[in-house]
Amino acid sequence: MNRLAIPKTYKLYIGGKFPRSESGRVYEVLSHKGEFLANAAKGSRKDARDAVVAARSALGGWAGATAYNRGQVLYRIAELLEGRRSQFIDEIMSCEGVNAAAASAQVDEAIDRWVWYAGWADKYVQVAGNANPVSGPFFNLSVPEPTGIVAIIAPQSAESLLGLVSAIAPALVAGNTVVVVANESAPLPAISLGEVLATSDVPGGVVNIVTGSPAEIAPWLASHADVNALDLVGAGDLDWVELQISAADTLKRVLPPETGADAAAPALSRILAFTELKTVWHTKAIL
Amino acid sequence: MKFLDYAPAPESQALLGLKTDYGLFINGEFTAGRGTPFQTINPATEQQIAMIATANEADVDAAVAAARHAYDGVWSRLSGSDRGKYLFRIARLVQERARELAVAETLDNGKPIKETRDVDIPLVAAWFFYYAGWADKLDHAGVGPNPASLGVAAQVIPWNFPLMMLAWKIAPALAAGNTVVLKPAETTSLTALLFAEILQQADLPAGVVNIITGAGSTGQTLVNHPGVNKVAFTGSTSVGRAIARSVAGTDKKVSLELGGKGANIVFDDAPIDQAIEGIVRGIFFNQGHVCCAGSRLLVQESIHDDVIDRLKRSMQTLRLGDPLDKNTDIGAINSAEQLARIRELSELGQREGAERWSADCVIPTTGFWFAPTIFTNVSTSHRIARDEIFGPVLSVLTFRTPAEAIAKANNTPYGLSAGIWSDKGSRILAVADKLRAGVIWANTFNQFDPSSPFGGYKESGYGREGGRHGLAAYLKPAVRTGSRSAAAVHATPVTKKSTSAKKAAK
Repeated sequence: MNRLAIPKTYKLYIGGKFPRSESGRVYEVLSHKGEFLANAAKGSRKDARDAVVAARSALGGWAGATAYNRGQVLYRIAELLEGRRSQFIDEIMSCEGVNAAAASAQVDEAIDRWVWYAGWADKYVQVAGNANPVSGPFFNLSVPEPTGIVAIIAPQSAESLLGLVSAIAPALVAGNTVVVVANESAPLPAISLGEVLATSDVPGGVVNIVTGSPAEIAPWLASHADVNALDLVGAGDLDWVELQISAADTLKRVLPPETGADAAAPALSRILAFTELKTVWHTKAIL
Repeated sequence: MKFLDYAPAPESQALLGLKTDYGLFINGEFTAGRGTPFQTINPATEQQIAMIATANEADVDAAVAAARHAYDGVWSRLSGSDRGKYLFRIARLVQERARELAVAETLDNGKPIKETRDVDIPLVAAWFFYYAGWADKLDHAGVGPNPASLGVAAQVIPWNFPLMMLAWKIAPALAAGNTVVLKPAETTSLTALLFAEILQQADLPAGVVNIITGAGSTGQTLVNHPGVNKVAFTGSTSVGRAIARSVAGTDKKVSLELGGKGANIVFDDAPIDQAIEGIVRGIFFNQGHVCCAGSRLLVQESIHDDVIDRLKRSMQTLRLGDPLDKNTDIGAINSAEQLARIRELSELGQREGAERWSADCVIPTTGFWFAPTIFTNVSTSHRIARDEIFGPVLSVLTFRTPAEAIAKANNTPYGLSAGIWSDKGSRILAVADKLRAGVIWANTFNQFDPSSPFGGYKESGYGREGGRHGLAAYLKPAVRTGSRSAAAVHATPVTKKSTSAKKAAK
């Protein structure tokens, strides 16, 4: 006799916890063939705002951690993902309808991408910063720092796990905290990634994952005054120009949508897009 | 005149050869504008200096077309070293005509001659000299090998440092290989037009730099023009917001350098005499018309009374008057409109309960003037502690601990500048780390250098001017084959498993 399986309840990941949507809403996640997979939480405006609050309270600790520490924490995510390969392969296969080889390749690349970005944590400052030879008795140093809270619309097309990782990893490298709206049709790997994050050393609130409708949630994040930057990488099918216009009210830093196979390709520029350059003039004594 | 009074020492205007009317500088020549001309006045006397042309939509079109033509036909094909040679020429010509430019700037803007002579114009020359050397070294700008220029840059600049802002905009744009349409502020177009003459002397190819004058609507037409690839704006946060909205959905690259409400933090162990000088320099330099001014003084409670006493004594020595006089410290407010805003906010400060004190100085009968003023007993919720006044008005707040100083300093939507005064190096470093501001001065204030990036956090804008980063603002990564061009080529990880690496190799 077959054992009766225990299905998982997929919820949001906010502030290190897994709440249901405060709205009480769920939506059906279907497999590629149209079979019922799960009821995912349908995140609301209030959920998005709670996520921003969690991201703000986590910012000081994450941005203030040493670069070596952030690098190790990000690397640890790759370690734990490696141990959960089969779970992610299953979820990707059922959500996206791809075969085991393709799902496995996607998980591999997602893991490798965490490793690549983790390695940047203690290097991007050296590459993007500068000592400046000013004309005068000053020690003048420019250093990139995290922008703050980055709201992200994760890629909505194929490769749900890789798209999500490609969008959130670069923002985390510099010490930003993140509120991400997951792939709407394939949200299961996103919530499972939340479980990986919760059991790795990533402090609660550093990554907040909201499932549901990007079209519904994105405007609240774009106009939220406590969000500092907006990555529209997966917003190509939304009215993203309106989102950009509403982000202008508080002069958020905005990255535009990307499409095609190379969308959110790994790049130093994605890390630097969510940094601010600080230049400090230190006076030298005249001896 | 008493024994110790200063005799008047006005700089001569004899070396100025100003015209009575100025046209637009389009495609290497001065042409009449098709809008209604307006007068530019000396804010110290309210006398007309010259008539300035207004560029209407057709003129903006013509300027953008000239810039595009010059970009396609000449400038984008020129070698980096030749672009650099033109910029070096411009730097030298600015140095040669420095005194003339300083006098013209002081006449048109109202700022003291000692500032235009010793700060503004030398920095203009330095900016061109610095970026001239970058023109043939773009591989090292930080955007990957063989970066590409953007095309036509639309640049709109403010009235507080007219020619210096022009240099901050034009020098990196040209070094990177772009062509330019620049609109100076309505009240301070004069030196930009003298600069156009310098471009003629430098024999810069026609259309590489176009200078169009007019009011805000001319600037709006320019930044919204579909033919521009880059928008660089320095000015108010409200206009910056409007620009950010208007470029939404386009691929125009944008730099915004906007307002500020800089905190100048004085700890109880500060070198007090230097700190007083720095406070004065931070808020009264250029009549406080400085986006990065130290307009909020945060002073540690234990030394508050001593600092205020010394500050008042120092302010009593400031000489307000004829901007052309070499002994003048405080010149004229740039316009009647700006004076009205400073007065309005100052009166509001009094009504909200802060205590006002102004230096005792004789205000000339004509022109726009405002005596150096400080407000004490200011609380963080007061408008004068939150709004950018953009005038010689300082709001003084107190703090007890470094944590409180940091919290108060960061309690603003702006994030452009800050100052720290302390003799303790480790404290300076720790506080500088926590301040959310793009430029921080430790035991100094209002220092600028072409090699030093300048720009804000939060609602003070984005992008940097100056240094390598200011150059990168006018470049994009080399174009890759394939759908995606945003990632720098060298930044792509090359691993066996990486599909993006495989695609790049195809």
